[in-house]
Amino acid sequence: MTTPVLETRHIVRDYHVGGSLFGGQRTIRAVKDATLSVHKGKTLAIVGESGSGKSTLARILTLIDEPTSGELFIEGEKIDIARQGVSKQLRRKVQMVFQNPYGSLNPRQKIGDVLAEPLAINTDMPASERADRAMAMLKKVGLGTEHFNRYPHMFSGGQRQRIAIARALMLNPSLLVLDEPVSALDLSVQAQILNLLADLQDEFQLTYVFISHDLSVVRYIADDVMVMYLGDVVEQGTREEVFANPRHEYTQALFAATPRADVEHIKARLARRAATA
Amino acid sequence: MPLLEIKNLTVAFDTSVGLFKAVEGIDLHVDAREVLAIVGESGSGKSVEMLAVMGLLPPTATVTADRMMFDGKDLLNMSVADKRKIIGKDIAMIFQEPVASLNPCFTIGFQLEETLRFHLGMDKRTRRARAIELLEQVGIRDAASRLSAFPHQMSGGQCQRVMIAIAIACNPKLLIADEPTTALDVTVQKQILDLLVRLQAEHGMGLIMITHNIGVVAETADRVIVQYRGHKMEESDVLTLFTAPKSGYTRALLSALPDNATGDRLPTIGEYVEAAS
Repeated sequence: MTTPVLETRHIVRDYHVGGSLFGGQRTIRAVKDATLSVHKGKTLAIVGESGSGKSTLARILTLIDEPTSGELFIEGEKIDIARQGVSKQLRRKVQMVFQNPYGSLNPRQKIGDVLAEPLAINTDMPASERADRAMAMLKKVGLGTEHFNRYPHMFSGGQRQRIAIARALMLNPSLLVLDEPVSALDLSVQAQILNLLADLQDEFQLTYVFISHDLSVVRYIADDVMVMYLGDVVEQGTREEVFANPRHEYTQALFAATPRADVEHIKARLARRAATA
Repeated sequence: MPLLEIKNLTVAFDTSVGLFKAVEGIDLHVDAREVLAIVGESGSGKSVEMLAVMGLLPPTATVTADRMMFDGKDLLNMSVADKRKIIGKDIAMIFQEPVASLNPCFTIGFQLEETLRFHLGMDKRTRRARAIELLEQVGIRDAASRLSAFPHQMSGGQCQRVMIAIAIACNPKLLIADEPTTALDVTVQKQILDLLVRLQAEHGMGLIMITHNIGVVAETADRVIVQYRGHKMEESDVLTLFTAPKSGYTRALLSALPDNATGDRLPTIGEYVEAAS
């Protein structure tokens, strides 16, 4: 058995809120005991609604925040950013793509510079080579070299998300954490981005942690699924297991609430409607 | 006679690079007791159309139509004063961002009663009683004490319920819902959609549902209009739309749903647009 690219054991994260002159401090446990592992070239989807702790967990996996307790391993190496900080080498292994492509790009930075910046910070590469790499990556994500000197406001939402993905891939990471990467996009653009992610995964053997609330997207893209609710991991398994046989009440409620577009379901609804009218 | 009938509606915006037609030559009608869904991606003109009906477009917009009749009244040649008597009373609208559409400076009780006072001239005691009744109708528990709550003290789902309560306060004949659940979690979305459809049936309202979500269409609509870049692509009853879509665009839209994925890549609408042009 190979070492998983990402592994966590019993991750817990507390936030302390309040604690002013008059009020007492309260502790909110945003993530309670998350244990997971993802192997190379696979996709783990984390599903949950607002307040489920999925984004907090994402921040821990991407080394932005440290866990309150629990262990994090990346490529088998134990990571403790509270003690050791994040080395440049470690930073190259994990990258993140955010939900809102309008908010996650600097409006005053040209696309070429957006892409070259991770290299400038984390490597000693000369400027000409950085530019070449950025150009190559633009093509890889389906944009053209003519886009190199443009600013973010000149791009559509789907194009910006391509740029965000390109930036994340500049350092050849082994793990990409995607926080709701398609939920701000139109259906047709969503399809393009999902295809791009699948192509890139095939080409570079990338490992994805895909955070989403959209079950139809999750069913399409994930190998393994983890469902979170109020900080708890309530369900965990392969996509087939979770979708065929959801065990936890909350997962079942989530499935029942997801709008369905199949014909039988529409017929049943119209019949109910005709009966009550 | 349809409740709302629009013939050949065109909305043009005066921009720095000339006139931009957001909506061109749209015909639509909705009957009392009917749920019409208008589906399209961003830029399809679905919201602009309804804002034109409500008279909520900015001054840069030019609205032209051969006919715009609501309940036997001509909306095109109506004075502003007369229109104010209809808008908010007989035609009500709810928007995508419930938290942003409520005024943060006033209690929800005040905002509910404002509608009742303005349109129905109710006295203070009847207003309060009616406001409580409305909040109960939209499923807010402990309604009497919630009247003095401010919008920031309530969740997104609750704010949307309050918006719906305000919209149905004067028993409107037509309710327009512009992406009412896009900002909400899936389980909350389900509750809000069920609420809208229940109220629609109970009050015998016409309901226009503007959405980009195919699942929402399948769960609510009787009849569907599909739009693309300001033009109507298709108009069908909901079952026909899903079983035998007439336009190539609709077929492309449906096949881009991850639910309907057959291979390991999704077909994209770009392919359709290229094929069409």
